Amino acid sequence: MSAPIDMPKWADTFLVPAISVAAAFLIAGLVVLSIGENPLTATRYLLQGSLGTGEGLGFTLFYATDFIFVGLAVAVAYHAGLFNIGGEGQATLAGLGIALALNNLTFLPGFLLIPIGIIAAAAFGAAWAAVPGYLQAKRGSHIVITTIMFNWLASVLIVYLLVNVLREPQSMNPETRAFPEGSYIPFMHEMFAAFGIDIPSSQLNLTFVLALISAYLIWLLIYRSRLGYAIRVVGSNPMAAIYAGISPARITIIAMVLSGALAGGLAVNELMGYQHRLLLEFTSGYGFVGIAVALMGRAHPVGIILASLLFGILYQGGAELAFEQPNITRDMVVVIGGIIILFAGALDGLFRRLVAQLLSRPKLAGA
Amino acid sequence: MSPAIELIAINKSFGAVHANKDVNLSVERGTIHGIVGENGAGKSTLMSILYGFYEADSGDIRVNGAPTRIRSSNDAIAAGIGMVHQHFMLVEPLTVVENVMLGAEGGAMLRAGEAKVRKELARLATDYGLEIDVDATVGELSVGLQQRVEILKALYRGANILILDEPTAVLTPAEADALFELLRSLKQQGKTVVLITHKLREIMAITDRVSVMRRGEMVATVETANTSPPELAELMVGRRVLLRVEKTEKAPGAPVLEVDDLSVVDARGVLRVANASFTVHAGEIVGIAGVAGNGQSELLEAIAGMRQPVLGSIRLKGQDIHFSEHNPHRMRGLGLLHVPEDRLRMGLVPAFPAFESAILGFSDEPQLGRGPLLDHDRLIADLAKKMEQYDVRPPAPRLKTSNFSGGNQQKIVLAREIERNPKVLLVGQPTRGVDIGAIEFIHRRLIALRDVGVGILLVSVELDEIMHLSDRILTMCGGRITGERKPDQTNEQDLGLLMAGVTDEAA
Repeated sequence: MSAPIDMPKWADTFLVPAISVAAAFLIAGLVVLSIGENPLTATRYLLQGSLGTGEGLGFTLFYATDFIFVGLAVAVAYHAGLFNIGGEGQATLAGLGIALALNNLTFLPGFLLIPIGIIAAAAFGAAWAAVPGYLQAKRGSHIVITTIMFNWLASVLIVYLLVNVLREPQSMNPETRAFPEGSYIPFMHEMFAAFGIDIPSSQLNLTFVLALISAYLIWLLIYRSRLGYAIRVVGSNPMAAIYAGISPARITIIAMVLSGALAGGLAVNELMGYQHRLLLEFTSGYGFVGIAVALMGRAHPVGIILASLLFGILYQGGAELAFEQPNITRDMVVVIGGIIILFAGALDGLFRRLVAQLLSRPKLAGA
Repeated sequence: MSPAIELIAINKSFGAVHANKDVNLSVERGTIHGIVGENGAGKSTLMSILYGFYEADSGDIRVNGAPTRIRSSNDAIAAGIGMVHQHFMLVEPLTVVENVMLGAEGGAMLRAGEAKVRKELARLATDYGLEIDVDATVGELSVGLQQRVEILKALYRGANILILDEPTAVLTPAEADALFELLRSLKQQGKTVVLITHKLREIMAITDRVSVMRRGEMVATVETANTSPPELAELMVGRRVLLRVEKTEKAPGAPVLEVDDLSVVDARGVLRVANASFTVHAGEIVGIAGVAGNGQSELLEAIAGMRQPVLGSIRLKGQDIHFSEHNPHRMRGLGLLHVPEDRLRMGLVPAFPAFESAILGFSDEPQLGRGPLLDHDRLIADLAKKMEQYDVRPPAPRLKTSNFSGGNQQKIVLAREIERNPKVLLVGQPTRGVDIGAIEFIHRRLIALRDVGVGILLVSVELDEIMHLSDRILTMCGGRITGERKPDQTNEQDLGLLMAGVTDEAA
């Protein structure tokens, strides 16, 4: 018989994730030790590379921007009781939407192109998520299966389009031509320079601010709005939703549409903020990182921002680490990331139970 | 002869909650000992300590005079203590024999163990009259027989002391009688029975002694023959309780809910309600009596718009409800509110703070916020007011819904529905898992609502409740309405027959 897990909120939101991360670093340290490197040195490189320099910090925040969007995407679906594994595919399609919109509307001025690009990203991402959402709502096809299949469809579709349709005839690379310059989302260093402040240049662009605004809006939506209330009722207690006159099918579709639109933010950051063209595999598997981010952040926007920063540090610092210590390859860094995902996600319950027992406040079981 | 069980100065705390305070209990061998108390009084905690789910912070347990340390259910079984849980711990697709063997297979191969189980079950059948088809699939047995399998499991493991937690909650009156017969026969064979229940009638009918718990303390242990239900109720609650709320005669008004020839099938296509027709008038409580699972749930859900009937019509305040508008949202808009049978699965969201559960079904009401947003301060203030009116404890709107006791959860649901001035109120099992003190309160509210002209359709498996509250009683069996009675012109036997499907025509 398992006692219900009930503990103070601070422990649930901060203590447990912190313990998970610490445990993950401990295990990762042992891995580093086992290949004959000093884990402390490795940690130093990791932190220095990601936080120690202005440039490094910029890259860390750039990655964090991606993770915030995909983390929010997973979280919104999660609140409706849905596990959206399809962030990759939805972001890929969002990239297609951006390219189609921007490269066909080159005559428009920048102040129109940027919002149009963002809306196109959201719309394409949303549409790609809506189909699995509809299938789940109306046909009962499991969302995990369908979103995974849609990732493959998206990846094959984008290859076909970039190789056969959208590629510049004279180019050998499977990518579109550059977007019109007006559509570039300004880099942070450019923005600061405009005000006479000099910060090191990096890929970090204004999409980061958009990510923070999105996080606030999603908090408002989920915890303060009528729609968010309905989403949480469906996710938490579908029978209660039916009793309340809330249609689980309708909410399922709405939540997936929102989720897909948020995943589109990844494409906005990568393409409009940095690459300025559509190219293959720009999503780099970040859609899957979003699952870990959302799990670790307890599907709460604040938690997601913190988890995104952590993963930003890992990605940026990991790249630096691989560069400084050739023994620790990029693959090794992926292993470390994997360990963190394992601890934050899958093994989360392990520490949760332990902490709850230590704090020793099990709920009084009925009478 | 030393007592079968002695609990001495048992203490158990969960954080700040002192669930058991210096509890002493002595259960004589070969007796049936009742334990009563309100929800949260500490009965379950005490039994969990005895059965090894929890370990006491301090105190001693003696079984048959010998000090015993019980740290797991295995220790309990070894000490000869068996437990029949309210929710059965059975594997439904397996047969009776397989369920009894489970955990006591006696080796990697089943054959030897199975032979032993069969022999033992045959012996138990003759000794105690515990007859059962040992090769039947448990999932296909009636609830009463499933309970019998649980008892067999405990006896097979050598239990001399049997703890039963609310054993009659799921039984028909006839099945309950059979259970009591069985318990008496166990007692005659020298077994000791501890019966946890909230039904005072059962305590009076079957126990030899009864212990009363209140707020974690053992307040009294008395000989059943020397006590009475009102005295026990007073001991449980700590003040005088009316077991029966007075209500005045009242002439019903115009029909407010007319159900005609209603039929409902469930998701698997099984007919759950068959051609039900009845009328509820303004200022009238119509009670539907029936054993759980005979279509009452589906009937309520169909009227509330949660299920589409396959046949029949519903009229609300004289207005036909078309199928296109037959949904919970629309029915609420027309003044038909619904206190659902299953609070936790339907009426509330256990994971939400109470103030969010308190708007379930009404989250679109414009006054609850501005535009698309909900005004939390307002929701909290609203609920705080209702909590005071309905005496919800603790009066903490932000507390998680699941942390309230059953009675207080029910009050939150009732406050939500009643304070919205329904024209028709559907009420399912309003006092299931609710303390005696709260039952009185809930009954008063329902009668007050009737007195101001609300038409109430009440579904309950508690016959007492139906008899006390209803102005008219309908009985349901197998999805059909099998009879109609005035409460003062019927009795339990009469209703029991109707609930078992023996209709007037057949009789």
